[in-house]
Amino acid sequence: MARAVSTRRKITMTIIGWSIGLLIFFPVMWTILTSFKSELDAIATPPKWFFFNWTLENYQTVHARSDYFRFMMNSVYLAVGSTALGLLFAIPAAWAMAFSPTKRTKDILLWMLSTKMLPAVGVLIPIYLMFRNWGLLDSHVGLIVVLFLINLPIMVWMLYTYFKEIPGEILEAARMDGASLTKEIVYVLTPMSVPGIASTVLLCIILAWNEAFWTLNLTTSNAAPLTAFIASYSSPQGNFYAKLSAASTLAIAPILILGWFSQKQLVRGLTFGAVK
Amino acid sequence: MGQITLDKVSKSFGSTDVIHAVDLEIEDGEFVVFVGPSGCGKSTLLRLIAGLEDVTSGRIMIDGTDATGLAPAKRRLSMVFQSYALYPHMSVRQNIAFPLKMAGESKDSIERKVADAARTLNLADYLDRKPRQLSGGQRQRVAIGRAIVREPAAFLFDEPLSNLDAALRVNMRLEISELHQHLKTTMIYVTHDQVEAMTMADKIVVLNAGRIEQIGSPLDLYRNPANRFVAGFIGSPKMNFVEGDAARGQGGETIGVRPEHLDISTTDGAWKGTVGVSEHLGSDTFLHVHVDGQPTPITARTGGEFTLSHGDTVYLTPKAGKVHKFDGSGLAVR
Repeated sequence: MARAVSTRRKITMTIIGWSIGLLIFFPVMWTILTSFKSELDAIATPPKWFFFNWTLENYQTVHARSDYFRFMMNSVYLAVGSTALGLLFAIPAAWAMAFSPTKRTKDILLWMLSTKMLPAVGVLIPIYLMFRNWGLLDSHVGLIVVLFLINLPIMVWMLYTYFKEIPGEILEAARMDGASLTKEIVYVLTPMSVPGIASTVLLCIILAWNEAFWTLNLTTSNAAPLTAFIASYSSPQGNFYAKLSAASTLAIAPILILGWFSQKQLVRGLTFGAVK
Repeated sequence: MGQITLDKVSKSFGSTDVIHAVDLEIEDGEFVVFVGPSGCGKSTLLRLIAGLEDVTSGRIMIDGTDATGLAPAKRRLSMVFQSYALYPHMSVRQNIAFPLKMAGESKDSIERKVADAARTLNLADYLDRKPRQLSGGQRQRVAIGRAIVREPAAFLFDEPLSNLDAALRVNMRLEISELHQHLKTTMIYVTHDQVEAMTMADKIVVLNAGRIEQIGSPLDLYRNPANRFVAGFIGSPKMNFVEGDAARGQGGETIGVRPEHLDISTTDGAWKGTVGVSEHLGSDTFLHVHVDGQPTPITARTGGEFTLSHGDTVYLTPKAGKVHKFDGSGLAVR
């Protein structure tokens, strides 16, 4: 039933909504603005908002000094590679848990999620040593595996909740109709869960793209993604905020654009099953 | 062919026994209805035949070959589900064609068979629609279409009409019966609705708590129920049960009389009582009569024009030869 909402209430809620939105977006906006300032304007007090000498100088410097494209391609490899590897494991896992659960399925799901509660730094040294011994430091393969393992619990959870919504009778009908397990997955389950798989993929790409702890600790140059690119502009150079902002803007731009275009899909994926 | 034999089929989920050593013979071309209250195991029994559940022990034979371990698709059975279970991302045409596609049939043959099925089921105008654009009855027909194109040895229906409204249910009941007469294929139909069972079945299997209570033709079960459970389950309104002296006088621990087998009089009869609620259906009237010494009211069926109202005194007399007698354990005494 529709609820009567007064105009005043609507206005208040709109203002609150926009305020929260802007508050969350403010750091990103400030970074983007700073990236167009001169170093002097960037540290001016009181801060300059829109009236300063807009310049592309920072971008030119950043471009001249480091190979943005190589870092970006590394980010793409890591994000896409870890997500693709994740799907390969998460779809069958979620499938088994959703359609053929055992008494322990809930425990396994919780246990998988509990690994996300572990502070990553707690296992940094063992993993670093393993990587060193196996010659995986600064390699794409090594990082893809780490990012894949980090995101796997989330992928399984998201796909599991999505698959749970698919009525089992439809899959049984496919079985009665003569579909083998592979055909059942290819012709019935996958087409029915395309939205769920798509939002899972998007979220995992974003998470892998933004992951900074492992990418910074396990790479130096060869496999270094955009997180390392940003980091290279921070401490050693002193407080060159404008250049740092330009580097950050370049690093977040691809994922920001991807997120903007897929926000509908993302919201649907994250809230799936919450409302019928 | 579609002859199905169940040989001591049992099913347990963990430590719970759901089906207890069921033996059953289904002849080719028969329309068999599994009926029983919810939780009696009728759907589980159907799913065991379909192969969607594995039997715990016992054998399932289809046309003389042991199908106990066969995958569902290899049993040559088609199933129509309660929820229709249509593939939502496929058109009606693709839904009906799906089993043929899985069987690897040629495009021409698929097209011909889909067209045939669509004609039989009046779906020709809807072939390019998606299931969500169809009404409940049309969806049910698509589900049936998907089942008939495979030309299976037998059809399995799992409460196919329970999601439809009352009027549509009556129509679809007739359509399924006509389909059976037209195809002459074995059909196994699960329902909790004894009216569906009575009107559609060649043979009714009454189940209760995982056991078969009785197997027989609808009229057989109506006339000669084997026990109190079947007597109470088959027939609408329910059979009246009378205990105590009135029953012992007739030679049973309990006697049962159907509402339509009671003579009603305002002057004299076997049991005296007062009218409680009377339900007028137009064609019939159901009187709920409080008989002295009986804990629950007795239902009597009479003509539509019958006029007696709340509180009036009536006499009920069971018709000769229409009294069912049961012993202490509920078995019929013949």
